Amino acid sequence: MTLANALPKIQIRDLQVAFGSNKVLQGVNLDIAPGDSLVVIGGSGSGKSVLLKCILGLLHPQAGSIKIDGEEVVGLTGDELEAVRHKIGMLFQSAALFDSLTVWENVAFGLTQGEKMPRQEAKQVALKRLAEVGLQAQVGELMPSELSGGMKKRVGLARAIATEPDIIFFDEPTTGLDPIMGAMIDKLIVEVTQAAGATGLTITHDMASARRISNRMAMLFEGRIIWDGATDQVEACGNPYVEQFINGRPDGPIEMKIQDHFG
Amino acid sequence: MISVLQPLGRTFLSFLTVTGRLAIFTGNAVSHCVRPPFYPRMILRQMVDIGYYSLPVVGLTAIFTGMVLALQSYTGFARFSAESAIPNVVVVSITRELGPVLAGLMVAGRVGAAMAAEIGTMRVTEQIDALTTLATNPFKYLIAPRLLAGTAVLPLLVLIADIIGVFGGYLVSVYKLGFNGATYISNTLEFLEVQDVVSGLVKAAVFGFLIALMGCYNGYHSRGGAQGVGAATTNAVVSASILILSFNYLITELFFAR
Ligand SMILES: Nc1ncnc2c1ncn2[C@@H]1O[C@H](COP(=O)(O)OP(=O)(O)OP(=O)(O)O)[C@@H](O)[C@H]1O
Ligand SMILES: [Mg+2]
Repeated sequence: MTLANALPKIQIRDLQVAFGSNKVLQGVNLDIAPGDSLVVIGGSGSGKSVLLKCILGLLHPQAGSIKIDGEEVVGLTGDELEAVRHKIGMLFQSAALFDSLTVWENVAFGLTQGEKMPRQEAKQVALKRLAEVGLQAQVGELMPSELSGGMKKRVGLARAIATEPDIIFFDEPTTGLDPIMGAMIDKLIVEVTQAAGATGLTITHDMASARRISNRMAMLFEGRIIWDGATDQVEACGNPYVEQFINGRPDGPIEMKIQDHFG
Repeated sequence: MISVLQPLGRTFLSFLTVTGRLAIFTGNAVSHCVRPPFYPRMILRQMVDIGYYSLPVVGLTAIFTGMVLALQSYTGFARFSAESAIPNVVVVSITRELGPVLAGLMVAGRVGAAMAAEIGTMRVTEQIDALTTLATNPFKYLIAPRLLAGTAVLPLLVLIADIIGVFGGYLVSVYKLGFNGATYISNTLEFLEVQDVVSGLVKAAVFGFLIALMGCYNGYHSRGGAQGVGAATTNAVVSASILILSFNYLITELFFAR
């Protein structure tokens, strides 16, 4: 336990990202301990997806450091970067299934391409993963375009966990789903991360979902983490920004910058 | 004064940006074409897509071009009673110029657009990001197979177009203009030089590379949903067509201007 505290799974220090004059992240600091499930909340456009993409090395920050298992990720290229990505599974907001491949080939993709597993063996693993997210073997033969939104999310989840990553990212896993399907996805997320002993990092706007998934929460506002702590303390955190956000009140310290876009 | 110079400068800068970005993209893509791992399944699929499925449209283009060439040169040459030069004109124009250029333009419209649309859709739906997170390099998996297949398949396609085009000229000459079939063929072969065909095939390989490059580049850099993909598709076809025509001149100059 002390070792776990000493070495966070993910450590982010002073992360800064800007697109031209648009400073999206202005010094993010965040620690995620092994086995934690952290939810990052924050308004639309606050840079949550950008944060995930930086950790994955899909975007390059202007400054700052990101360490995974103590190893610096910023600035890595080629094989070293691929080795880091191999530790991470990601469920994309739109599921991002490859629409030229069947469902099982999607789930098996990380195994057949990344790990060079023979196709038949990978197919067995894929079908097992699909069963874990509640999908039957027949679904494996369908194309992604034949699935509903909720099924796509489940397939995306199966694909994210297929290579048994240490770290799993979920970008808005329940957005656009009905409440029951959303609750099912939340349950699956908790089950698969706990079964694998993985560390979870989730982005969501859905507070009910956030409470179900996480044991810790952090709020991103104006490019910084303005609060982070245990999920059961979020109600009583005393931070006016967080309280406004989790209760969804239109008035409070957070002003939606509508004028900025049309003024 | 400033109001005139400002847009000029801005256009020039954005031109430089695009050129630089394209150069980096090309270098990156080519370096992935020559380094393992390769994806033979993907290359094969692209070859079938680019080559086999383009056969009908390229074949039709070639046969009508050959036919119209014979007809046009007849109406021209008959005035100087130089009809016997028709087989020569047909085969040289087809192999050197019209075969590669017309096949290139047709394939640019068919395949370049499809590539840009497919890769562009993958970009805006985060599929390219998903590939990357699954430890697969999109340059290796998506782009290199298309470039390799385009470069390899277009010469084959043009070779077939050459044969069909000459056949089109033969049809018109023999069945409409009353040439003797055997003489037509022997004239054709007699005038044909290896360099004519080779220069055409070199052009085809370059055009195939350019078509795939423009399709991939525009798709890979597309932004902003369906509209962005639409713009990428248009850009891919237009830029590939212009590049084909300009490289056609350059290669002709290299081969024949001495
Ligand atoms: N590739 C990019 N190029 C330019 N600007 C970008 C890019 N990606 C994101 N941005 C900008 O960064 C800001 C944050 O975007 P981001 O996608 O991280 O928001 P978000 O917090 O995930 O919002 P949402 O909850 O709506 O998904 C936005 O202002 C966006 O315009
Ligand atoms: Mg987002």
